Amino acid sequence: MANLLTARKTMTIGEGGSALAFVGLALLSIVVAAKAYTPEFAFHAYLFTAASTAAVFAIINRYYERPIETPLTVDGKPNYNMGPVKFASVAAVFWGIAGFTVGLYIALELAFPFLNLDLPWITFGRLRPLHTSAVIFAFGGNVLIATSLYVVQRTCRARLVGEIAPWFVVLGYNFFIVIAGTGYLLGITQSKEYAEPEWYSDLFLTVVWVVYFLVYLGTIMRRTEPHIYVANWFYLAFIVTIAVLHLGNNASVPVSLFSPKSYIVWSGVQDAMVQWWYGHNAVGFFLTAGFLGIMYYFIPKRADRPVYSYRLSIIHFWSLIFLYIWAGPHHLHYTALPDWAQTLGMTFSIMLWMPSWGGMINGIMTLSGAWDKLRTDPVLRMMVVSVAFYGMSTFEGPMMSVKIVNSLSHYTDWTIGHVHSGALGWVGYISFGALYCLIPWLWNRPLYSLKLVNWHFWISTIGIVLYISAMWVSGILQGLMWRAYTSLGFLEYSFVETVEAMHPFYVIRALGGLLFLAGALLMAFNLWKTVNSAVSAAPAGLRLAPAE
Amino acid sequence: MDPTYQAVAEFAQTWGLAYFVVIFAMVLVYALWPSRKKQFDEAAHIPLRED
Repeated sequence: MANLLTARKTMTIGEGGSALAFVGLALLSIVVAAKAYTPEFAFHAYLFTAASTAAVFAIINRYYERPIETPLTVDGKPNYNMGPVKFASVAAVFWGIAGFTVGLYIALELAFPFLNLDLPWITFGRLRPLHTSAVIFAFGGNVLIATSLYVVQRTCRARLVGEIAPWFVVLGYNFFIVIAGTGYLLGITQSKEYAEPEWYSDLFLTVVWVVYFLVYLGTIMRRTEPHIYVANWFYLAFIVTIAVLHLGNNASVPVSLFSPKSYIVWSGVQDAMVQWWYGHNAVGFFLTAGFLGIMYYFIPKRADRPVYSYRLSIIHFWSLIFLYIWAGPHHLHYTALPDWAQTLGMTFSIMLWMPSWGGMINGIMTLSGAWDKLRTDPVLRMMVVSVAFYGMSTFEGPMMSVKIVNSLSHYTDWTIGHVHSGALGWVGYISFGALYCLIPWLWNRPLYSLKLVNWHFWISTIGIVLYISAMWVSGILQGLMWRAYTSLGFLEYSFVETVEAMHPFYVIRALGGLLFLAGALLMAFNLWKTVNSAVSAAPAGLRLAPAE
Repeated sequence: MDPTYQAVAEFAQTWGLAYFVVIFAMVLVYALWPSRKKQFDEAAHIPLRED
């Protein structure tokens, strides 16, 4: 009692230290803004100034309003920290809609080129990285951060480590996205696929990512559950590997502190190899390992059944992470990359069939004995179909990595179709499923409408089918036209003739994208109504209402 | 052919293979060891238990 009365509120090292660091960053950014070589870079420096100043105020305000001490447990239950999780899940919905819209627009630009309106900012070359980064890193990244910070707390039965740090991860990551996205529109890029942001955004992201890693690891170390659940292994592999990939692929030297331009230390084919080691493992560890973490938590939870085989999940994890890291060279078949490296990439890609399908079987078979839930629960159906898409695209990928298949498929729309069956089908659907679970849990509200989820499911499934079948036809057509010779040994078609032949498929693809976007808008409406409903959710167990 | 390249390739093609086989065998032994069945069955139920 006496202790409580005399306890004084003091600023923690974390609060004081981060406030000081942000003051430093704000001052540095003002100097950079004043001396910047280009107006675009000055704009970014001003954004850094504004954001760091806002961060200082937020930290100080929070200090005055917070209780003296935040308890780790309340009534014997962990005092979970769900604020940052809520923010990231709302951000995911927002960026998803933005990213799908830009995707639809560039699909239309390819079909109807006048849509770039002769404006440099919205040409295909600038909007395309905006689309890929928005869907992969902004939408997918926020889904991963939200679900990972939720799952690690629930499966470790411990509160997140740090008070400022989890907020820094979530807000800092979204600030990085704003810098990256506006940079693309303004023409700031280092021209590395999926790693377009320039050196200063990369440095900032490194700090955010290291803090994310420390928060995640610290929470695992604080766990009261003796075993580390398999989903955490996948999330941790995702966080660690992305850090390593990001550092390796962005080893660049800026021209000056006041210039956005930098030069990579690797050169020629070495640079290409590092780029695709990064690029393919962004697929392997961002879009696969991370989302497998979602699969291993959300499917068992939603189906109310344990994962089909926990032992298979361990074999799945170790073989997946040991094989994936070698598959990158299959992006460089028939290039200056040495032949043996190409064959190595191809061999490891083929071996990846095994862990991929092991994981798929594990996810789908979790429903054994509860298959009826597929009929009554569209959220679970969405997640199970996503795992089926995972199986399909991880069958197609190794096949396309075989050199002889690649000689037809490479640089054609087939690749785009393959990527989208994985991105829309697997990553998109498992994310939608997770958001349909997570947002009702976080706000303690029942999901507004399962019927709308059903509509979302069918509209976007038709969209995906239109998209990928159009790209299969267009890609194979394109590949065959490129390699067609006349009897005299000349190429039969000029490049522009192939483009003309693909026009109808570009229109079908845009239609598929429109349907996918429409489905996502239904989801946003449904989740909005969920969060704003006045009723609170029924206790666990009664949560699943039949759809009929 | 560059002798260093050959030495590296030979090393990778023999010891690299052995390394992967050994690691995989270790994973199989760890995951399938009969006495761990109970522990893993319990672990599979971690997401389903409410606190």
